Amino acid sequence: MRPFKYTRAAETAKAVEAISKNKNARFLAGGTNIIDLMKEDVARPDELVDINRLSFDQIKATSGGISLGALAKNTETANHPLVRQNLPLLSQAILAGASGQIRNMATNGGNLNQRTRCTYFYDTAMPCNKREPGTGCGAMEGINRMHAVFGWSEKCVAVHPSDMCVALAALDANVKVQGADGKTRSIAFADYHRLPGDSPELDNNLKHDDLITEIEIPKNNFAANSYYLKVRDRASYAFALVSVAAALDVSGGKIKDARIALGGVAHKPWRALEAEKFLKGKDATEANFKAAAEMEMKAAKPLEHNKFKVELGKRAVARALTMAMNGGKTA
Amino acid sequence: MAKYIGKEMSRVDGFAKVTGQAKYASEYKIPNVAYGYIAQSEIAKGSIKSIDTSEAEKQSGVLKILTHLNCPKTKSKDEAFAALQSDKIVFSGQPIALVIAETFEQARFAARLIKTEYLKAEHVTEAEKAPTVEAPAGFFGKPKPRGDANTAFEKSEVKIEAEYTIPIEHHNAMEPHAAIAMWDGGKLMVFDKSQGVGTVQGHLAESFGIPKENVSVSSEFVGGAFGSALNPNYYSFIAACAAREINRPVKLNYTRRQMFTGNGYRPYTWQKVRIGASRDGKLQSIIHEAVGNTSSFENFGENPNSFGRTLYKCENYDTPYRLAKTDLPTPTWMRAPGAVSGAFALESALDELAYELNIDPLELRMINYAETDPETGKPFSSKALMECFKTGAKKFGWEKRKMEPRSMRDGRWLVGWGTATGLWGAYQAPATMKMTVRKDGSVYIGSATADIGPGTYTVITMIAAEYLGIEPDKIKFELGDTKLPNAPMQGGSLTVASVGTAAHGAAGQIKQKLLEIVLKMKNSPMADAKIDDVELADGVLRTKKDKGNSLTIGQILQEGGLDEVSVTHTSMPGKERGQYTTQAHGAQFVEVKVDEELGIIKVTRVMEATACGRIMNPKTSHSQEMGGVVGGIGMALTEITEIDHRYGRMTTTDLASYHVPSHADIHEIETEFVEEIDTVVNPLGVKGMGELCLVGIPAAIANAVFHATGKRFRDLPITPDKLI
Repeated sequence: MRPFKYTRAAETAKAVEAISKNKNARFLAGGTNIIDLMKEDVARPDELVDINRLSFDQIKATSGGISLGALAKNTETANHPLVRQNLPLLSQAILAGASGQIRNMATNGGNLNQRTRCTYFYDTAMPCNKREPGTGCGAMEGINRMHAVFGWSEKCVAVHPSDMCVALAALDANVKVQGADGKTRSIAFADYHRLPGDSPELDNNLKHDDLITEIEIPKNNFAANSYYLKVRDRASYAFALVSVAAALDVSGGKIKDARIALGGVAHKPWRALEAEKFLKGKDATEANFKAAAEMEMKAAKPLEHNKFKVELGKRAVARALTMAMNGGKTA
Repeated sequence: MAKYIGKEMSRVDGFAKVTGQAKYASEYKIPNVAYGYIAQSEIAKGSIKSIDTSEAEKQSGVLKILTHLNCPKTKSKDEAFAALQSDKIVFSGQPIALVIAETFEQARFAARLIKTEYLKAEHVTEAEKAPTVEAPAGFFGKPKPRGDANTAFEKSEVKIEAEYTIPIEHHNAMEPHAAIAMWDGGKLMVFDKSQGVGTVQGHLAESFGIPKENVSVSSEFVGGAFGSALNPNYYSFIAACAAREINRPVKLNYTRRQMFTGNGYRPYTWQKVRIGASRDGKLQSIIHEAVGNTSSFENFGENPNSFGRTLYKCENYDTPYRLAKTDLPTPTWMRAPGAVSGAFALESALDELAYELNIDPLELRMINYAETDPETGKPFSSKALMECFKTGAKKFGWEKRKMEPRSMRDGRWLVGWGTATGLWGAYQAPATMKMTVRKDGSVYIGSATADIGPGTYTVITMIAAEYLGIEPDKIKFELGDTKLPNAPMQGGSLTVASVGTAAHGAAGQIKQKLLEIVLKMKNSPMADAKIDDVELADGVLRTKKDKGNSLTIGQILQEGGLDEVSVTHTSMPGKERGQYTTQAHGAQFVEVKVDEELGIIKVTRVMEATACGRIMNPKTSHSQEMGGVVGGIGMALTEITEIDHRYGRMTTTDLASYHVPSHADIHEIETEFVEEIDTVVNPLGVKGMGELCLVGIPAAIANAVFHATGKRFRDLPITPDKLI
């Protein structure tokens, strides 16, 4: 990797200050992605500011819901009683991602900021607008089996790789960040990640010197009827072909509220708003689930090798909703 | 009654491995070692117009940069790829420079500052579009057509014709390839990851034009290889070049990505199978065509379609085989090379025939059972395949199978049962072993074989223990070093048959020497005893008739005025083998559960019934069989090296995107050994199993998926996108 400066921040203000002074500096948390990217020469920061000593590692109940510290590890988060009881969807989604070893290191904040695993992005000999704007998109007419069917642009067809974020999108989480001015602000999860558009080099709407401090998940009534379904090439340690976070608030067989987000289909976790809208007030039946799934996937624009994701997406959404309705039990 | 052979024994090197004491090639701490990093070509074909290393050279820690402009030229005439020899680019990922620095990180960083201009030429990496040539004869020559396959096919009552494809796959052993090279005057010493130190020694001696005696190679432990460390790979030569240039030891370690272009792969294979049969299921004709990819500069062939020639009774058999010349690195042997690819096609086609005829797939195999070798007419030295069929079927519960596809369910899951047959040659090669027995009852044995994971350290120790009558923990076995007597490389499942036989023979010679001392004693307690009248057991030499009539090895050596007795024994394949066909066989039964809607396949149960002679260690044998099954599951369902043919570049070059099965993919794997008593193959009666256990698995899985879903998959791997 390229030579870089390493500093360990003892307090938040210092960490933010260090980053704001150097536009080639990056925060270092779990390091499970950025270190890989540096070894591959994809990420080339000249300074890493280690924030692991900062105190944002708590998971706690708040008046509004549950707060996940940005530096809490994925493993700890998934297994925390508060999360397991109140947010089983999130717990399932985290455990569906990566491997045990990686989850032990990876932090919640880092999970949001991980980069795509598009193989063109990772290979510096290949064109990639995300890695090197202006070089073209290798995947667009290349091997794009793993790529986007929603929201892609001529510049980029990569997908966001996280499972955790798919659940967070469904649960309408808020991302709390501290800026260079010392003020904290809240970003709605739907506005956190972005579509590639003309600047695929940007994965999200964070400013360079923003530091994520916590992720807040508002109270909800989904704990009894939620399910995270991940379809992948092998049973563990594989990125989603399609994944679905489904959550239902059902009363007397009627759907009061529905949340559906898809992973592996877009540059950001894809909220199935059409399907959600359709389901609200309807009976919680398999026929309605299928109709909702069908409706949502109509807008999909597949590429040469990922046409299967359209049909798979329909089936996965319907299945995830059915599983959610069954309380996660296999039919 | 054997004391050790046939009993379960844990690995003798297990403790060293789990405690980190076992050293792999790159783990040796060598004073003053420098580190190499390979810079690689970004184009698939053409030449280097210019290469500018000036910026890289300026970086801190950089000691030397080798390119084709300054790298010593190899003196080897071998057509295998040699790195940094010319400006010509023959595959993407080809080394174009070797940066040597004080640390690995410095070398890697500097490598990225090298500026290269290429003259690009048009490449072809897609085997279907590449020009083809006749495949070279393999180890056993080019098989000639048997009978008149075309005419017999045309005349057959029932005909099956289908095409099958297998993508390029990579071994992806856990341990990346690595070498540490160091010179002492004109002598070269190399730590390497190798399945046969002798081949690396020969390669380096030839490359530098120095006598073999001046090259020593050590490979004490290997973290998996699966064929990728059989042929010498290019890195040991350039590591040694660099070490000579800077006059310091040099360590060169592949990254995971470099393992995709630096040590071969299982070739892409296209196959077309035509089977002609009678209505009652008798095979009339098999025409099994194959095309495998190779590189532009070397013809690698593995005869995938020869697999079935000795398996079934069928008078007319033809196996045309060609190679497609692609602008990729040369393929190499990968676990059960050829056979597993051929078996996928033929054993799938037989399943298709079974359905065409409405005959149970296992029954169809029994109908066409070959009692003698259909190719040569010779008898088999042993062949308990029929027992494998019967035992395996019984244990699996095959009789409960309903013939009709989609007829079995477990809730939402479609259930499918499939079977296929495995076959692998029972090979043996000359091997030499040094064996020394000391006065204190301790033993040293040494042979330049390898242990890439199957348990060679353990099993050869057990054999020596058995025939010396000495406990295994008193025996120290050294392998993987050219200072030791010659042994074949660990490939083709021949190690125990070769090196084990040498151990058996060496122990016999030790016994002979000890008896000679005893016979010379005054008032010898075993006067007039012949070699067959005595035995080594429990640390003593004793007469078989009167077991109390014994002398300890210590007493005998004391008597002979010796501290130790030592022999070097070479064993050769027996002459009797020539009158027989020697093979190992197996029947594989697989259960899959399929979620058709989501494209998910789970291999829930595998029953391996295997006949491979005598089982030396049921524990390591079971372990080896499980490994083969896991390899088969990967081949059938998950493994594929994708290539973007526009760039001629592999894209799935890490363990996140190249999918070997994970623990969660593996369910129940049961093994059943049908033991054979075979006095022809070798005195131990042992046949290899390491490749055999994989051969039928991909076909059995594909057949099970057909049974579950009614869909026939002829293109591996069967991923969710293909299934839905």
